[in-house]
Amino acid sequence: MGWSTRLKMPNPGLDQRILSHAQLERLEVEEAGERPKWDNKAQYMLTCVGFCVGLGNVWRFPYLCQSHGGGAFMIPFLILLVLEGIPLLHLEFAIGQRLRKGSMGVWRSINPYMLGVGIASMCVSLLVSLYYNTIIAWVLWYFFNSFQDPLPWSQCPVNANRTGLEWECESSSPVDYFWYRKTLNTTTVIDESGGLQWWMVLCLISAWAVLYVCCIRGIETTGKAVYVTSTLPYVVLTIFLIRGLTLKGSISGVKFLFTPDLNELANPATWLDAGAQVFYSFSLAFGGLISFSSYNSVFNNCEQDAVIISIINAFTSVFAATVIYTIIGFRATQRYDDCLAGNILTLLNTFDIEEGNITESNYDWTLSTLNTTYPEIFSSLQLKTCNLNTFLSEGVEGTGLAFIVFTEAITKMPLAPLWSVLFFVMLFCLGLSSMFGNIEGVLVPLQDLKVFPKSWSKETISGVTCVVCCCIGLIFVQGSGNYWLALFDNFAGSIPLLITGFCEMVGVVYVYGIDRFNEDLVFMIGHKPNIFWQATWRVISPLIMLVIFLFYFVTTMSKELFYITWDPQSDKFPTLEQKPYPTWVYVIIFLLAGVPSLAVPGAAVFTAIRKRCCSTAGGAEMTSSSQEKALPL
Amino acid sequence: MYLFRAVLAFAMQSYKDNVNYDVSNIVVCDETVRVSFWFVVTTPGNTSELLPKEEVENAIKKFRNRINSAFLLTDQTLDFVGISPTLAAPVHYDNPPWLIVFGVVMGLVCAGIVAMLISTFLQKARSKKASADSADEEDRSGTIAGNGIHCERIGERDGIYNRGFADDDRFTKL
Repeated sequence: MGWSTRLKMPNPGLDQRILSHAQLERLEVEEAGERPKWDNKAQYMLTCVGFCVGLGNVWRFPYLCQSHGGGAFMIPFLILLVLEGIPLLHLEFAIGQRLRKGSMGVWRSINPYMLGVGIASMCVSLLVSLYYNTIIAWVLWYFFNSFQDPLPWSQCPVNANRTGLEWECESSSPVDYFWYRKTLNTTTVIDESGGLQWWMVLCLISAWAVLYVCCIRGIETTGKAVYVTSTLPYVVLTIFLIRGLTLKGSISGVKFLFTPDLNELANPATWLDAGAQVFYSFSLAFGGLISFSSYNSVFNNCEQDAVIISIINAFTSVFAATVIYTIIGFRATQRYDDCLAGNILTLLNTFDIEEGNITESNYDWTLSTLNTTYPEIFSSLQLKTCNLNTFLSEGVEGTGLAFIVFTEAITKMPLAPLWSVLFFVMLFCLGLSSMFGNIEGVLVPLQDLKVFPKSWSKETISGVTCVVCCCIGLIFVQGSGNYWLALFDNFAGSIPLLITGFCEMVGVVYVYGIDRFNEDLVFMIGHKPNIFWQATWRVISPLIMLVIFLFYFVTTMSKELFYITWDPQSDKFPTLEQKPYPTWVYVIIFLLAGVPSLAVPGAAVFTAIRKRCCSTAGGAEMTSSSQEKALPL
Repeated sequence: MYLFRAVLAFAMQSYKDNVNYDVSNIVVCDETVRVSFWFVVTTPGNTSELLPKEEVENAIKKFRNRINSAFLLTDQTLDFVGISPTLAAPVHYDNPPWLIVFGVVMGLVCAGIVAMLISTFLQKARSKKASADSADEEDRSGTIAGNGIHCERIGERDGIYNRGFADDDRFTKL
């Protein structure tokens, strides 16, 4: 496509900033250089799979699937996976493998004006690491509490004078109470901090300590840890699938999940959510994937890797959704049975009917007969309507799914502590393996920016980073921590990533040059990428990203921002109440979303200013230093 | 029904120490197919005088367990209307179990961190020693032979002496 080559932006000095093919070959053969390497291909694949497969596959995808027309959601998901996810993934792998640097170094090499993209990636990785590890701390808390029978969230505690159950628990449910009061001890508004919750501080410290021990020497230790953290979730999911399918009502859950509603395809929100899910699910634009692939051999087949990892990611999403919905189907059926049994008991007691006369099968008929015969008594009874579909479509996602819905389902299974331990170990491994990538996206740019003195060893650098992040993460373990986390999740991990992803594509295709990129791929994997890659890299994927970003931006800016709170004093308790954000939160939102996004143009401006004022004085020094960089060893 | 009346008579008798209750003092009426009924308790001396509700309720609360076990039923399956079951004492742990698990996990993690740091430290110390040793070797071997061949020196230390080259000295005579 000739017009694209003409669209290439001028990029002087690119050859001085990057290694040439001959130098790369020499580097490969002599195996010199201080860059760490993967012990074997399996470690690399497991690390990338672990980074991509995270908590979102378990608690976001099933919800999207079910709320956007079940089986029909697969269509936009798979289409956008192929058009958006795989090309971006291949691009990140290839550019990291070719330029052999972390995200900061890659963008600096491509063009010094694009350094902002690297800075944005680092900022986003940092912000996401902060709150993601808090979720892992919550998982650890539940894990620690799973080693008792009965599970603490299976029954309400007794109130102070032992006359009845605790009011807050009785009006909501034991699982809600355990989550909102015993775990989070949440306040009613984001303004009230509520103080640090000491048990959560301990869990947070343990989460960061485990992360530190796995990342202490970079990929040397991470590569060993992923053998467990990336494979264990699949084992646990299989166990849960087998257990789930033997439970009553599981098939109705799976059927509910996958029943297609093709009308949803006409809804643009479905396509947007599918696109966003593909993008976030692949952990693109964090910089971690670029880092990981830079430790590979130059001749590694990154095209094959990208396709394989995408397939694994999609398969895991569907597999996890099936497992989750067998358990949700079981829970919904249990609730339905309980509701029905409660109603039947009330009817039996009120009308003194013999035990066993009203069953599930003749329930409706009996109901209508009694209603016609004794209308006054009947209306005073206030029977609850029991509808299985209502229970099934109590579609919950995110922390609500894991810590409320699923934990409740577990309490109803025999041998509940065992299932609880397995489930939270799985969540822990999923989260930890994603954290490896996030931390990589923070540590490597920090080293590239030379923030730390050269004398500090790898262990010290990772240690200091973990300690600082743990201290900042204390925001999320105070009383209002849950609200802060939702804030970070909505704003830090969404818009900046979309911008960075778009800039990455544009940067590689148009600033680095798609012709040069094609030549690099011929050098690395032996053949030129075919028309599919060319079309997606040049036009289709950037266009999709732009559309998603614009829609997200417009919808976020146009509506007033609310957050949902747990307020025992509210009228609608136990339903979560929506409250508007106070004004000072808008400043925080701007910092979270705006600073990384503005870093992209900001760094370009900064570089331009620095070049202009230093061009006269240090012009000669600059050219000689860039010559040195091009010659390794 | 007889069993029920007998158990209830027993409960009333045990509740009120010095009064002897008999099965005939428990009067049951209004039985339904649903196995639900009303009952009243009369005083042993005077069959027309009924015991107040509160006393009967207290007696039942006290001996609820005995009544339940007589029928192999539970609080949920045998319901006295208006008498809510007294709740079991909550399980109270001196050391919450989660702290124990937390301690175990943290202990392992800290041991891991310490082990890693020590191994790094040892590696550094070993590589420093090795580089210091090789520096000494070069100094010493430089003073011995004039032609600089010091294969034997290397063979004495930790190198593998390659005899292939040494034998050639005997054969090549030009």
